[in-house]
Amino acid sequence: MNEGMSSAMSMIRNMMLAAVLMTSVALPAWAASETDYKTALAAAESAEKEAAQLRNKWTTTEAQLKAARKAAGAGDFDAATASAKEAEALAKASIFQATSEKQRWKDMEIR
Amino acid sequence: MRLQTILRTSLPLAFAALSAAALACVAASAIAAPDKVDPMADGKAFRKYFTDKFPKVKLEEFVNGPYSMNEGLRKQWEEKEQFPPYEFALEAGKEMFSTPFKNGKTYADCFPNGGIGIRQNYPYFDEKEGKVVTLELALNRCREANGEAPYSYVKDEMASLTAYMAFTSRGKPMDIKIPNDPRALEAYENGKRYFYTRRGQLNFSCATCHVQSPGEHIRAEVLAPALGILNAMPIYRSEWASMGTISRRFTSCNSQTRAVPLEPQSDEYRDVEYFLSYVANGLPIAGPGARP
Repeated sequence: MNEGMSSAMSMIRNMMLAAVLMTSVALPAWAASETDYKTALAAAESAEKEAAQLRNKWTTTEAQLKAARKAAGAGDFDAATASAKEAEALAKASIFQATSEKQRWKDMEIR
Repeated sequence: MRLQTILRTSLPLAFAALSAAALACVAASAIAAPDKVDPMADGKAFRKYFTDKFPKVKLEEFVNGPYSMNEGLRKQWEEKEQFPPYEFALEAGKEMFSTPFKNGKTYADCFPNGGIGIRQNYPYFDEKEGKVVTLELALNRCREANGEAPYSYVKDEMASLTAYMAFTSRGKPMDIKIPNDPRALEAYENGKRYFYTRRGQLNFSCATCHVQSPGEHIRAEVLAPALGILNAMPIYRSEWASMGTISRRFTSCNSQTRAVPLEPQSDEYRDVEYFLSYVANGLPIAGPGARP
């Protein structure tokens, strides 16, 4: 093995090591924590409470909230956070629907 | 000369201004008019919409829902009516209706005319309470007033009781009154708004299916027209494999659009029943019914 080749191999080894280190360091930062879940759930519950006040909850929002709580109970905070965020998005869509329909229902009225 | 000039120039201007003002008034009233609550005009427009859309269907036939607009289904229904699937509920309802409560009184004591032949008058607006009272609600109030536990609003006993009461009223024209009370008009308008409001993740209103698409298929079902849709209630639905009340119909419609149903006999459901029944005034009671 010549010196150039040895140097190249060493560089590749170092890069691989760096990649492994970066992965092992970065992964915990990407994974959702219990705190992330609690934050996402609180936001979803707050939006769903507003939808309830507008008498316009969606079954799909409720299903995502249930899935979030179940995943959190099993310690899977990635799935729990994802479900809570989905629930928040659905609840916000139901709020938008209820708000816009306050006037738009008239478009469908038989006159 | 100067006066003539002034008149020549100002008169057309004044005329134009007056015309513009008159046009503005007409336009304003045209825009404002639909917002005025006018149940009689609504009922007329409602019937016209459906009779124009289905010119071959007789007005009184709309109460038969999908059977009024699909020949194949109608033939199946006519055969089914020889041994109707609601017959057991009807028999049970008749027996329950005449069985005294523990205090010796019966349902007949709670209703005008002993509860016979009165379905067409429900729901009504109770001016004392300031709210709409449905037949299902009146039945449970009767039970509670006589020391009995209320029934589930969606099926079983409630469906049997309303089946019997509807049967004794068959053929009588729906006769819903809106008293001269702003709260009654408000309840009617709230019901109308609920009927046309889109909800659920599927973004459907009641009207999406029952105004825009009656006679069309949604999966294997043929959608019923909104006109007279409650006249055949309660119904035996093959899909449910059981009887269902008006409350069950409303809650299951909501679920199908992926909306969380409201509690049975909530103000919204009572009001939408008031609206739908009012616009069906004159159409015969046909309950209990059977649907696919």
